[in-house]
Amino acid sequence: MAKQIRIALRNCGVIDPERIEDYIARDGYMALATVLTELTPEAVIEILKKSGLRGRGGGGFPAGLKWEITRKVQADQKYVVCNADEGDPGAFMDRSILEGDPHSVLEAMTINGYCTGASKGLIYIRAEYPLAVERLKTAMAQSREMGLLGENILGTGFNFDIDIRYGAGAFVCGEETALIHSMEGLRGEPTVKPPFPSVEGYLKKPTNVNNVETFANVPVILNKGWEWFASIGTERSKGTKVFALAGKINNVGLVEVPMGTTLREVIFEIGGGIQHGREFKAAQTGGPSGGCLTKKHLDTPIDYDNLIAAGSMMGSGGLIVMDEDDCMVAIAKFYLEFTVEESCGKCSPCRIGNKRLHEILGKITQGNGTMEDIDKLRNLGTVIKDTSLCGLGQSSPNPVLSTLDNFYDEYMEHVKDKKCRSKVCKSLMQYLIIADKCIGCTLCARNCPVNAISGERKQAHFIDQEKCIKCGACMEKCKFNAIIIN
Amino acid sequence: MAKIKLSEKKIQELKDVCKTFNNDKGELINVLHKAQSLSGYLPAEVQEVIAKELNVSVAHVYGVVTFYSFFTMQPKGIHPVSICLGTACYVRGAEKVLEEFKRQLKIQVGETTPDGKFSLSCLRCVGACGLAPVVMVGEKVFGRVAPDGVADIIAEYNT
Repeated sequence: MAKQIRIALRNCGVIDPERIEDYIARDGYMALATVLTELTPEAVIEILKKSGLRGRGGGGFPAGLKWEITRKVQADQKYVVCNADEGDPGAFMDRSILEGDPHSVLEAMTINGYCTGASKGLIYIRAEYPLAVERLKTAMAQSREMGLLGENILGTGFNFDIDIRYGAGAFVCGEETALIHSMEGLRGEPTVKPPFPSVEGYLKKPTNVNNVETFANVPVILNKGWEWFASIGTERSKGTKVFALAGKINNVGLVEVPMGTTLREVIFEIGGGIQHGREFKAAQTGGPSGGCLTKKHLDTPIDYDNLIAAGSMMGSGGLIVMDEDDCMVAIAKFYLEFTVEESCGKCSPCRIGNKRLHEILGKITQGNGTMEDIDKLRNLGTVIKDTSLCGLGQSSPNPVLSTLDNFYDEYMEHVKDKKCRSKVCKSLMQYLIIADKCIGCTLCARNCPVNAISGERKQAHFIDQEKCIKCGACMEKCKFNAIIIN
Repeated sequence: MAKIKLSEKKIQELKDVCKTFNNDKGELINVLHKAQSLSGYLPAEVQEVIAKELNVSVAHVYGVVTFYSFFTMQPKGIHPVSICLGTACYVRGAEKVLEEFKRQLKIQVGETTPDGKFSLSCLRCVGACGLAPVVMVGEKVFGRVAPDGVADIIAEYNT
């Protein structure tokens, strides 16, 4: 664990998230007090800009710059929004921060309100996170009671209050314009940018949208200084990033490492390597918008720019490890299925294009793919990226394009040899009984849900391939290893 | 869908829900969350009441209800079974677990068993990836579920 530096997760698991005193004892609300009594909004924004903090939700937009843009727009009312619509499957850092250290987000939002001139904050959170909602509500009540939230904060005359809005299970609502529409009680469909939310957002007012993890970094930067923060990380990506390690890895969970840590360090040193001593095959970053990194990327320092250069993206920090048992074509199809379901349907490249991509991948995994399909995947994928309205469509072909680049031979095997080396694509495999090993115990025949296995007692059995649904029940039950996958 | 008749009491409850949000159409999603927690689902009749109270068209309410996967127009079972199909669960075999639930309950995703006991749905990540594959029955989370553990889970609720 030596490689880890905890900034965003500094208090998670250390303090009791339901006691504001615990947070204060760890320098909580000190940044807010300093900001309100000693610093001008411009000075705070300047510190953030110099720190090099970039948006942790995935885009990587410089946080200080966003705050500055929102500040400079003239309006009678502005809003601060915390994006807690953590929709990437396999990412749970925002949930951990909200459940383990809710005050850090509240403090940062209040500081943001002071800097941008907003008096109202909104947290847009997934309805699937009831505990996080409870903790936030408790935290908000405590801060109000102590004069850290609400009217006349710390006696300085500054007013700021926060409210919670619930998501309702739509991945696209992580996109900021879609999120804003959802908060307005509409369908969560994105709109063209510009105008950016910083200029025209919630209820047409300037709205500063930042992700949970971005906010959680802010109080520490103000307490310890931008020089300290900027000394961590790489040239263009400062600080740390929280990754959610999941999949076929020994140590599952959240890790926070300096930007520029290599994939090898994260997976093998911190993550303890691949389960059951198997071979590392790929790491998927950035969720359905990201791509797959392979062995050749193991020593690439992870930061925003390197991941994009490798055909993936940081995303919210989900990092799913795959081993040799995972078929990359099936994984690409899995992600496309997600995108097809979650596409809001507003723009046609995303709505129709992804559906076609998914169909082609289905064809390939069923053993009906042609070389022409491979070209189609590439062309269509590129067009969808170039022409979609929002970040969802612009990144949705990434899993396909990156697996095509990195695992081209696997696609070829599916198309030309009609083979799936990972034995995942059911249509491409056959369960067979080795006659020599089968003693005719009939266990497999009795367990077959579709009665596809026949044979006399004490004689070798046989699987009818026409009837077989490839459920694998026979192979699991066989005590003599007589059933194999061809 | 068959027309159902809402009781006067139910209609009043819905009106009260709308009122707690000041009949503000911007609060539609919050209203729907509350309404769904009252009846378990959002049939057309419930949407009509809400539309009238918030002064928006029924089409608008229907558009929002069908957009978000959290809202459902089908009544759920007494024990709603949700299988996480997030990536972490997927690579650890959630699909096989789902198949097993379908086979044993004899229903497809989105359906409810004829006796109203179980309904089956898929989830996109509950943020418990360390326990993958994850199955939720109601509020209870089952971690590291294997296909041959499915029967036990069903039996636990089938009394």
